[in-house]
Amino acid sequence: MGAQTSYDIAHLIGATVLMAGFSLLYQRRLFAVLNTFAFQALALAAAAAWQAHIQHAPHLYVTAGIALIFKAIIVPIALHWLVEQLGIHKNVETAMSIGWTMMAGVALVTLSILLVLPVTANATALTRESLALAMSVVLLGLLMMITRRNAVTQVVGFMALENGLILAAVSAKGMPLVVEISVAFSVLVAMTLFGIFFFRIRERFDTLELADLETHRGDRQ
Amino acid sequence: MIGGFTLLPGFDNPLLWILGVPLGSAGFLAVLKDWRVATWVNVAAAVVTFISSLLLIHVRPEPTRLLFIDDFNVYLVVLTAFVGLTTSIFSAAYIARESEAQRLSDLHLRFYHSMYQAFLFTMLLALTANNTGVMWVSVEAATLTTVLMVSLYRTREAIEAAWKYFILCSVGIGLALFGTTLVYLAAQPVMGDGADAMAWTLMIKQAHRFQPDLLNLAFVFVLVGYGTKVGLAPLHAWLPDAHAEGPTPISAVLSGLLLNVALYALLRFKMVIAANGSTLTPGPLLVVMGLSSLFLSAFMLYRRGDIKRLFAYSSIEHMGVITFAFGMGGAVANFAGLLHMTMHSLTKSAIFFAVGIISQNLGTKRIAAIRGLTSSHPVLGWGFVLAVLAIAGLPPMGVFMSEFLVLSSTFARQPLLAIPLAIGLLLAFGALVARLQSMAFGEPPPHSHAHGKAGPLSTALALTPLWVHMLLVLVAGLYLPRELVAWFQNVARILG
Repeated sequence: MGAQTSYDIAHLIGATVLMAGFSLLYQRRLFAVLNTFAFQALALAAAAAWQAHIQHAPHLYVTAGIALIFKAIIVPIALHWLVEQLGIHKNVETAMSIGWTMMAGVALVTLSILLVLPVTANATALTRESLALAMSVVLLGLLMMITRRNAVTQVVGFMALENGLILAAVSAKGMPLVVEISVAFSVLVAMTLFGIFFFRIRERFDTLELADLETHRGDRQ
Repeated sequence: MIGGFTLLPGFDNPLLWILGVPLGSAGFLAVLKDWRVATWVNVAAAVVTFISSLLLIHVRPEPTRLLFIDDFNVYLVVLTAFVGLTTSIFSAAYIARESEAQRLSDLHLRFYHSMYQAFLFTMLLALTANNTGVMWVSVEAATLTTVLMVSLYRTREAIEAAWKYFILCSVGIGLALFGTTLVYLAAQPVMGDGADAMAWTLMIKQAHRFQPDLLNLAFVFVLVGYGTKVGLAPLHAWLPDAHAEGPTPISAVLSGLLLNVALYALLRFKMVIAANGSTLTPGPLLVVMGLSSLFLSAFMLYRRGDIKRLFAYSSIEHMGVITFAFGMGGAVANFAGLLHMTMHSLTKSAIFFAVGIISQNLGTKRIAAIRGLTSSHPVLGWGFVLAVLAIAGLPPMGVFMSEFLVLSSTFARQPLLAIPLAIGLLLAFGALVARLQSMAFGEPPPHSHAHGKAGPLSTALALTPLWVHMLLVLVAGLYLPRELVAWFQNVARILG
């Protein structure tokens, strides 16, 4: 298989992760958000496995395995169950209007391409494109965390951001510790889910709603 | 042996003890049932860690792939081990009183002690790691352990604070990881694949050949990422809540140690950037963030009603001053920054020790309810007065000296920048003194002894770390040993 084909396939999978990131922005129902996230994690697992293949780096298969088993299967199932337990499955997300969110998303992707491509002139084409895609996924995850109001979707936003980080790490040729980093992230995510369940956190705390600010801020005179 | 490096230190290497003892005791404390024994195991482990860290001053182990010690991190390791030790002593007294008041169950206490040692381990690993990835993983683990401790009381406010801390710092360290990956990408074409391109000791020698544009982009992510953890404005939102709602010994180590560790990470990256030579200068970015933290917190200090939040904002202020100093750069400003890191650590943890006893004695954290401390609890009250005056920057304490150095070096080089710095410091000074006056003097509230059931021994135990810290800060303000000055000057030179 030629270098061009492996490059095209890596690019295609990376773009799929990014597309799933966009799709997360406009999902209104909580279950749809979870399914889209599972799809993104699946694409990430494919990206990691493909990089393991073309870089001849067997340890990346472990990262792919973590993405597949933990993020694409266990976490979405756990979140499904959690959403039902918390009784918020009927909630329709009142995010920022979808049009504006999508425009902001497009602007962020443009920003990352404009930023990354010029500064990576010396790197291989594979690294450059993957890095631009990964940074877009990171920024879209951040955008999702900002526009969503519910603790579960906020965590999904964080995990989408993290998918972008892992995508960047697997694309950086020969980067050590990628497996350790994905394990560290998984622990973080598991802790969050545990926190949501244990303390029954439904809404994120730092909302901009005045009523919440008045009652919840700890510092009262 | 891998490529001329041994991977792990041997038994005669102090690093093994510095990292092994906290890690081992974290595991042991997790299964130890009696909390009274656990408090003393905690102290004993901290004593061993501190003694091993002192050995590092004379024995300088060879760098390995994983760990290294140089002039810069050795002083932070010693400082971390020292404050870790004094806080563990304070914690023994604090926990005994909390347990009397039945605010914490036995299971929570077991968990607390285990997490305390795990937290020390992660900080010491972050300081000694010779690999950007290992450092990142340990900062992430430090976040995780502190989140668990902040939420220890399980009140609504504590959960809210822990959640906010968790989300904001997770995003922060996520961005720091992206920055770390970018630095690796900049190093990889020069140094080849693998761990060499992530080792501080090797990167710094080759940094001039890295691609500058990529380093610029990386530094922005690292600055935002680790800057969140330093608590620099406008990324500071987690800090006051996390300090206010957790157990007070944790507030002391958060303020005194964790913020330093995050700043250390930032400065290591700055050293690589500075060694490159053709990147953007990171100085102005640090100066702007430092000044904005200083101003924001100086104004916020005036409106606090909660004593722990008050001093949490004061931490943001001082991290701002330190970041400003390192942003100015040069021998004198770097020297002042390093000295201020040390003085702030000692003084701020001393203040939190005092605040912990005050809130236990009076049963409140509200500033308005705290009056006449110097007459109701003289030893505690005067220690508190001394510590707050020190942190406000009054001579002859050590904090005054370092702030004076920051200010005078700025005047010498950029007089226009010195003006906002001076105004910010004065604003903060005014706020702290005004608050101090109402808390320390005047008529004590009628029932101020109602909650003070603790025995004299436990009170003495709780007060000793406070006075030891204040003594050190006072001595440092009057006289710094020549060896220490030479050492700080050497580090200031490395920092560029």
